[in-house]
Amino acid sequence: MNAQNTENKPRVKRETKNKIRVEFDRTPLKERLKAKFLSFYFLQKVAITIFQLVLMIGISYIVIFPFISKITSSIMAPQDFIDVTVRLIPKNISFDIYAAIVKELGYLQALGNTFILSFSAAVIQMLICSLIGYGFAKFKFRGRNLIFVLVMITMIIPHQTLQHSMYLEFRNFDFLGIVRLLKGGGIQIFDWNIKDLGEGVAEFFGKLDVLPKQIVIGVDEYGDDIVMQFKQTGVNIAKTYMPLILLSATGLAFKNGLYIFLLRQFFRGIPDELEESAYMDGCGTFRTFVQIILPLSVPMMVTVFLFAFCWQWTDDFYVGKIIETTASNTLLVDLVGKVPPSLKLGYAGQTLYETAIRNTCGLMIIAPLVILYAFCQNFLVQGIEHSGIAN
Amino acid sequence: MTNDVQLNAPKRRRRKIASLDRRKARAGWFFVLPFLIGFAFIYLPMVWQSLQISFSQIVFGKEGAYSIVWVGIQNYKNAIQVDPEFTQILLKGLGSLAIDIPAILIFSLFMAIMLNTKMIGRAVFRSIFFIPVVLSTGIMESIAAMDVLTDYMESGEGIDDGSGKTQETLVSADDLALLFSNMKVGNELVKTITDIVNNIFDIVNRSGVQMLIFLAALQSISPAIYESCKIDGATAWETFWKITLPMISPMILVNGIYTIIDSFTTESNPVMVYVQQVYSEYQEMSTAMAWIYFVIVGLIVALIAAVMSGFVFYQRKND
Repeated sequence: MNAQNTENKPRVKRETKNKIRVEFDRTPLKERLKAKFLSFYFLQKVAITIFQLVLMIGISYIVIFPFISKITSSIMAPQDFIDVTVRLIPKNISFDIYAAIVKELGYLQALGNTFILSFSAAVIQMLICSLIGYGFAKFKFRGRNLIFVLVMITMIIPHQTLQHSMYLEFRNFDFLGIVRLLKGGGIQIFDWNIKDLGEGVAEFFGKLDVLPKQIVIGVDEYGDDIVMQFKQTGVNIAKTYMPLILLSATGLAFKNGLYIFLLRQFFRGIPDELEESAYMDGCGTFRTFVQIILPLSVPMMVTVFLFAFCWQWTDDFYVGKIIETTASNTLLVDLVGKVPPSLKLGYAGQTLYETAIRNTCGLMIIAPLVILYAFCQNFLVQGIEHSGIAN
Repeated sequence: MTNDVQLNAPKRRRRKIASLDRRKARAGWFFVLPFLIGFAFIYLPMVWQSLQISFSQIVFGKEGAYSIVWVGIQNYKNAIQVDPEFTQILLKGLGSLAIDIPAILIFSLFMAIMLNTKMIGRAVFRSIFFIPVVLSTGIMESIAAMDVLTDYMESGEGIDDGSGKTQETLVSADDLALLFSNMKVGNELVKTITDIVNNIFDIVNRSGVQMLIFLAALQSISPAIYESCKIDGATAWETFWKITLPMISPMILVNGIYTIIDSFTTESNPVMVYVQQVYSEYQEMSTAMAWIYFVIVGLIVALIAAVMSGFVFYQRKND
């Protein structure tokens, strides 16, 4: 045995303190390559990789193409839209659309407004939803399941169903009748005429600073004025961002049911022992939540924040239907569909050009989100991956 | 005095200390309090008002006088029997969702499994696939709906030349139809499949959150289970059906319900669009329609939840 070992022992070519280089018989390169590349398993692997790549690239194309076409059309000069030979790649490059949107539509102010609204709404939603989610996850109390069903119901009833109730609620907001009480009024019912609460209504009220007692909104078939009467009992908060903040603060805003669900699942995954030891040390439930649980759940919170921020940023339902647009509270979504005066063409390419302007507007709306996404996308995936949602 | 205190002391103490369970229950109420307040004082009044409107007619008199008249189920009758389009759109919408929802679920599961395997450029593909989740919502959805430019750029045709054909779909439906007609599988199926293929952009866009949730579920399966399966000689196919699918079945239920709710309530849903359209003319009837729709959605969600939860497998954790 020993003899054999010494025979097969590789010959030492060079030896230093740290390294040793030896020489031994290897199968020739050709043989090795053959064994590696001509095997069934290798071919199978290559085939699978190619299949995967083709599929993935194909789907990526589907996802990205609308953005690419928007970007290229946004830098086209007007004459390219009537040129039939121009498709995806512009012949004449111009940045007129961008400049006009920034200068003439007040992009920067809208950007600031949108940021303030989205940021505050997202922070509030993140905190409130984690409070609620924690309550569902870690405490047993009577009616817990029922309340959770209520949370789900707020998600299932489309907010469109409630849109004009919602609008009226916030136009005449009187939480718990506090305002009415302060005014010393008795029980009053808000009288309204919903005949014309169509699309123009938000615009219509935006022009009025003070709500008069009654306003004429049209003429009926007898030639008499149709009058809208108000018995104002509350305050009109529809001109501010308060409706959205209030909805956020009560966990009723857009898709908050989903956030509550995600956070509930996440908190369920945190072992009870952590809280128990905190209680043993004399920590109250709320302090335990703030000091022990919240720091642990940063990835999940970032995910929820990202969702809330982005969805609030691009939301056009609440902003369009509930908030009355005035000069100072214009948001980014209000810019869509407006054509800057200097870009009015008045010839054949107008429809396509206006579409390009609208698309560019869309691009400029989501540009800050793209930057945010680039930084946070790791959190988005990892936050949910390591969240133990599936437990 | 001292006697009094001594007598009273234990009593008071007994009242103060609630059991841990009760204290925790109280804390639980405290944590969900924001939602309860909002639900009771903001949400319920709105729901109540909306319901009230759906059951009544607003009658206008002279000088702006009007009264809300209870008309019973008249609005509902009008919506179902008088309005020519509502029932059709409702049925059509439900039909298309019956195809879309399984398609979204299967697609997102498939993509999650793909993204979970080790492959070249996984991180890049991941970040691309989740772009629609954050970017293609709200206003972008309505911009995309009005976007004639993208269709134009993708098509091989010129600008609208009057022939009425301005856009080409992703995969030519004719080609697919030809392919399937040779296989003799029936027109209905061919149409369904071409619809799905042409809607692929929509389906990719709408399956982002589902993909995330499936991905999380896949990650949470212990690799030890797969390892022992492999040692016992199970193929990948068997592993998928016997391990992966049962383990993520709770998340299939969750995703199923989420997908239903999401696609029923999204703004681009044809029924929602129609309700909005009616809203500008007949608010009462439109509200009634929205409530009919909600009841149907609620029933479907309840039914599917009941059926699916029968098949869900919960792994018993040692707790």
